[in-house]
Amino acid sequence: MTTLILKRVALGILTLLLVSALIFAGTQLLPGDVASAILGQNATPESLAVLRADLGLDQPLLHRYFSWLGGFVTGDLGNSLANHQPVADLLWPRFWNTMALALYAAVVSVPVAVTLGLFSAILRGSLFDRAVNIVALAFVSLPEYFLGLLLILFVSVQYNLLPSLADTYPGMGFADWLKATTLPALTLVLVTVAQMLRMTRTAVLAVMDQAYVETAYLKGLRTRRAVLRHALPNAAAPIVNVVSFNVAYLITGVVLVEAVFNYNGLGRFMVDAVSKRDLPLVQAAALVFGAAYVILNIIADISAIALNPRLRHPR
Amino acid sequence: MKFLRSITPTAWIGLFIISLNLVLFVAGPHIAPFAQEEIVGSPFDPPSAAHWFGLDQNGRDMLSRLLAGAQMSIGVSLAASVLSFTIGITLGFIAAIFGGWLDTVLSRIVDTVMCIPVLISALVVLQALGSSIPVLIVTIALLDSTRVFRLARIVAQGINVLEYAETARLRGEGLLWLVFKEILPNALPPLIAEFGLRFCFTFLFVAGLSFLGLGIQPPFADWGGMVKDNQQAILYGLYAPLYPAAAIAILTIGVNLVVDWLLAGRSAIQGADR
Repeated sequence: MTTLILKRVALGILTLLLVSALIFAGTQLLPGDVASAILGQNATPESLAVLRADLGLDQPLLHRYFSWLGGFVTGDLGNSLANHQPVADLLWPRFWNTMALALYAAVVSVPVAVTLGLFSAILRGSLFDRAVNIVALAFVSLPEYFLGLLLILFVSVQYNLLPSLADTYPGMGFADWLKATTLPALTLVLVTVAQMLRMTRTAVLAVMDQAYVETAYLKGLRTRRAVLRHALPNAAAPIVNVVSFNVAYLITGVVLVEAVFNYNGLGRFMVDAVSKRDLPLVQAAALVFGAAYVILNIIADISAIALNPRLRHPR
Repeated sequence: MKFLRSITPTAWIGLFIISLNLVLFVAGPHIAPFAQEEIVGSPFDPPSAAHWFGLDQNGRDMLSRLLAGAQMSIGVSLAASVLSFTIGITLGFIAAIFGGWLDTVLSRIVDTVMCIPVLISALVVLQALGSSIPVLIVTIALLDSTRVFRLARIVAQGINVLEYAETARLRGEGLLWLVFKEILPNALPPLIAEFGLRFCFTFLFVAGLSFLGLGIQPPFADWGGMVKDNQQAILYGLYAPLYPAAAIAILTIGVNLVVDWLLAGRSAIQGADR
């Protein structure tokens, strides 16, 4: 099992490198170069040359990639083109804001979704199952901003229960933070629960159709025991996959939600950087998002390996 | 008749919603009572007999803009899905039929692209190239085609080794015959269901980008951008941004209802992955 995990980690590091190369390549798509894009109409050959040297654009492509990657590892993400502040100072506080919001949403949505999905699989075809399924299908189809706006309209505007803007600041109390972030987190929860419970249901049903579960029922076991002792241990790995898939989705789903509630997170930060075409910010934010996504997948795969009885007890 | 009877009530609702949207897509701008840029009153006027959904943030008729926006929102995502399917199926079939290093190279590239969330990749490209309708369509199609590639490759691989494909090959049929007479017809059912899912995804994706201000740019009306433009009205208890958002939601629900019916009985894990 250890070799398998080590292999997975090595593969993950390789993936991270490929992802960083792809992101770097993506930002170099611009015809011409960044310097002429920044200067635009005011470009003179001299100012272009100065700016290019300033940004390191006179170096060969491969050299630029490795110095960018090296800077990332050592914590130097370069400076913003717009206000010349170090990217790292701007990026990390917002990254933690986004992680906190995603974590808040995940802590609520994962148990709810897995429980609902499990019950709707056990009670397949019942009224409960069908009702849950239809409601979930509707919520899967709703865009985040539609749900977010509805929540603002009813919870904030009509009943004035929670603030409509997720204003957070460093050093605010936990209770205040919860109050400010509950609506955005709830929006994320509604979307992910629907998606996750549908996928959990499918994953559990695939196990429930196996012969050994039928045997467990036929030899007279109660549903409870057949599910908990026979079906669930084997469904655990697929469920972990479903959960990680959806938590990974949370990381990007947060981008739209942050825009709705004006939350000061990495998603909104990146969108602002894209509209200002601030290259170093976009590169860094994209790599952080990409890395978070890859690392989450590695964790999920490792948990799936650890949960697989056949791998846990090798002969 | 038997086929018609197999359509579930929920699927009928979905089909109705899709047809309605197709009508809007074709006829939208022509049946709109006002021009999309015409200012007909003051901002956020409430709904009235002349303006069923009221006016938007600039005092333009909401209904007319919704009708005009249908063409943009549905058109761009439809174009992206069709392009994505053309690319994905072509490359997927090539990888499945020829196999070998071609398959390995294509699959590894696709795997790497899929390691990055689609939204993040799209933002990187839009930062470099700026947002315009052709860039949007091609970027989304290329990113989305990775998902189509995977499905098309697996389905074609499965069919390629079946007896009838083998027979055709032994009979001396050429490559085109094999693809168009043997593989494609048998691969269609799963691909059609996938098309529904992919359309949902691109539609929500284009609308989401527009909502972030990075998708379809003014002066064109589109549903995602309309939500963004009217967003502030919600703080005053006005419904203005909810109409375009609901239009987006209704079409997505409609397509999902039909896909759900198409996929019924298949054990594949479903749901549009975003």
